[in-house]
Amino acid sequence: MDMKRHYYEDVQLFSSGVIVFWFAVLMVFLATFPFFFKNYFVYVANYIAINIIVVIGLNILVGYTGLISLGHAGFFAIGAYGTIIFMTKWSLPFLLALPLAALVAALFGFLLGLPALRLEGPYLTIATLGFGLTITQVIGKLELFGGRQGLHAPELLIGPWHLDTDRSFYYLVMIITVILTIFARNLTKTRVGRAFIAIRDADLAAETMGVNLVLYKTLAFAISAFYAGVAGGLYAFVLRFIEPEIFSLMMSIMFLAMVVVGGLGSIMGSIVGAGLLSWLDLQLRNILSLPYVGKWLETLSASYFSITGVSNIQFILFGLIMVLIMLFEPLGIFGIWIRTKKYWKTWPF
Amino acid sequence: MIDFLQMIVNGIAVGSSYALMGLAMVIIYKTSEVPNFAQGEMALVTTYFTFMLLHTFGLTMANAFISALVFSFFLGCLLEFTVLRRAKEPNILGMIVITIGLEMVLLGFVSWKFGADPKVMPFPISPYDSVSIGDVFISSLELLTLVVALFLMIVLFLFFKFSKLGMAMKATQQNNTAARLMGISTNRMNMMTWGISSLVGCTAGLLIAPVTMQPYMMWDPLLKGFAAAVMGGMTSLPGAVFGAYILGITENLFGGYVSIEFKSVVAFMIIIFVLCIKPSGLFARHYVKKV
Repeated sequence: MDMKRHYYEDVQLFSSGVIVFWFAVLMVFLATFPFFFKNYFVYVANYIAINIIVVIGLNILVGYTGLISLGHAGFFAIGAYGTIIFMTKWSLPFLLALPLAALVAALFGFLLGLPALRLEGPYLTIATLGFGLTITQVIGKLELFGGRQGLHAPELLIGPWHLDTDRSFYYLVMIITVILTIFARNLTKTRVGRAFIAIRDADLAAETMGVNLVLYKTLAFAISAFYAGVAGGLYAFVLRFIEPEIFSLMMSIMFLAMVVVGGLGSIMGSIVGAGLLSWLDLQLRNILSLPYVGKWLETLSASYFSITGVSNIQFILFGLIMVLIMLFEPLGIFGIWIRTKKYWKTWPF
Repeated sequence: MIDFLQMIVNGIAVGSSYALMGLAMVIIYKTSEVPNFAQGEMALVTTYFTFMLLHTFGLTMANAFISALVFSFFLGCLLEFTVLRRAKEPNILGMIVITIGLEMVLLGFVSWKFGADPKVMPFPISPYDSVSIGDVFISSLELLTLVVALFLMIVLFLFFKFSKLGMAMKATQQNNTAARLMGISTNRMNMMTWGISSLVGCTAGLLIAPVTMQPYMMWDPLLKGFAAAVMGGMTSLPGAVFGAYILGITENLFGGYVSIEFKSVVAFMIIIFVLCIKPSGLFARHYVKKV
């Protein structure tokens, strides 16, 4: 089985040639993706990639460090609004505005991490939840952020390129996603990542072993917020128009659901979870036009339920997924993968 | 001065519905350490059930409300029995995710069944009648909510302090294994707790419904009630009620004197502030954790 005999076996990016091969295949696929698929699928890919960024960030906080956040829509909003405002008000280029906005989000993450040092469980939940709601409320009320009317994203120029289609934007999003994914993967293998995991498993024990709780807990919040900020900045350009209602509590809940479905403490799990749930989300938005089930649902709703509320089936489905995953496979899809792998590796036994 | 008194009275009136939700959450947390995000939607289901009884089946109000209370009790028991008890590794994050999932299922179900448009709930007291105490006005529905909240707080406090069942529930929370060894059926205790909590939450739903009735009506009371419960320490019944009134009053005073726009934000700012000073709430004893 996988026995690691040397420290460098644990920290290396690719553990075998097979993985290098599949990674290369994936990269080629991602690079050529827009040439083979329709515009709509490129849009879907952008949407999924952005969710992947947030979910990886949230997983660093929830899955690796064991802190709970129901306020990630707040960081996401800071990233989105920050990027647009830096670009329109200060006329910064996008490649400067995006990291700057993400750093602002990280700063807020750091600040939220400070009370989180002493809080846990429901107390931390309500503090982060309150933070998320506060951000949305404040953004909705201040003129600088466009108030209830929202803001329009400016033209996106990077050097000589004018990214005005989903296809051209795709490459930007994918490059950032791949970089941030590899960064997260490496982070979890370093001293910092091990400190996070130690805090998750037992924070008092970690502290007695010399892990600086103040530093690492706030750092986890800051990194997680940074990821959400980057994703928010990109999301503003996918939508091209942002308003406060988008960044609701439901959004934070969805991010958490993606983390849980994918698997706590797993980067691959985050990618799969984000991909699966974002795709489901997009599909279920117009549920009545789905093949096969759409017609049936229409008659069912008309005779027993209300036809106006049929879009709420989405909530029922997501809720069920969350409950069932937690009940039967607390490690999510990643847990299923681990079990399957173990089963085949040790097969006849 | 009259303004000031009026704002305080309004704050107390708003605080009462937060207090009911807070009480409901505290009851569950006291026994099973589950922060129940589905609380609001459990009340929502019961409220719409009552609406259906009154509207579609034409029951009298007394019958409908009594069956609503019975229904809510069994709904709580059912959810605990079918979902919460099946959790494999109950840790706090898992429980939060499960209850949020339940919340979404119930919310989706109610809005699918009844649509998102607002309904008018028939109620014996009109929400527009008001009573004047001196120069201060309070609507009779709010007065009723206040009385119900205080009554339930006292009843529950006595229940947990003196009744055998209440003691057993407390024992279940403090040490599950020891409680089981003493002959307490902890599973049944958890189930009963969910039933009682659902019943308390349902009164909040029924008292809010005459004012506003649509699928999202319980979100604000739930979050504020949760905030109040956290402020009171999550395990203390008087703490939850006290926290709810503090929240309601400061919210109204802030809205009246500082800025009406940021009124709903201030509650969470207070919470974060209070938690910074007393991490486990105002009324709870801080348990020192061991490795």
